[in-house]
Amino acid sequence: MSQSGDPSAGDGQPVWREEFAIRTADERYVARRQFTKFMVLTSVGMFVGNLSILIKSWLWRRPQYAPQVVAGASELPVGGVKLFTYPTEKDRCILVRLAEDQFVAYSQKCTHLSCAVYFSAEAGRFECPCHEGFFRAADGAVLQGPPQRPLPRIVLEMAGDQLVATGVDLQEEG
Amino acid sequence: MQSPGEPRRRRSLTVIDGAMSMILVLLVLQMWLLTATLESYLAGHRGVATPAAILSGILFLGCLGLYGFVHGADRAAR
Repeated sequence: MSQSGDPSAGDGQPVWREEFAIRTADERYVARRQFTKFMVLTSVGMFVGNLSILIKSWLWRRPQYAPQVVAGASELPVGGVKLFTYPTEKDRCILVRLAEDQFVAYSQKCTHLSCAVYFSAEAGRFECPCHEGFFRAADGAVLQGPPQRPLPRIVLEMAGDQLVATGVDLQEEG
Repeated sequence: MQSPGEPRRRRSLTVIDGAMSMILVLLVLQMWLLTATLESYLAGHRGVATPAAILSGILFLGCLGLYGFVHGADRAAR
């Protein structure tokens, strides 16, 4: 009997015959091989995803924000709090006067699930009421709770008697 | 009646199953790596992107190597 197709698959069998196996054991081979191929393709997809994140991180540039007057230095007593928005109207921030000459400002969004944090003057820390995530007032570092990252810090500068927000520091490690 | 190549095929199937399980483990690891990297990137931690991409590449090469092994075992069994 003559055979059509490419007889390069071994034993003089055409390649297509491998994919249409008659024996059950042969059929299992085909199913496994195809499934393995599918898994390797998925692995390629994951690798490409990681590469795209890497390329995006290379292309990323730190955004520049316009300076904005937040408050007058004499406006707040020690332990006093003022809420403001920066850099856009949707970004709520919190300014605290920790000492006579120490002002700190952070994004008010908890880094866990974005609940609004508030300043606890007695404990000297920022507290998130949703899941009890606490942040150190001096640097925004996580003290306890589910948040994994510190609060984004608003960079402040003194211009005469006025406090001016000039940028946002995400306090990233890498 | 059992064909003469049947025990060899069965052995190969076991080997292929083992390799597939290892690929599956690598794939799950790679999925976790991708989600963790994306989470960190969106949180502003861009430093993790490079080691994560390298590790993902190594995992992919591992998958590829195992696939080559499966392919070879498959061929040998035939």
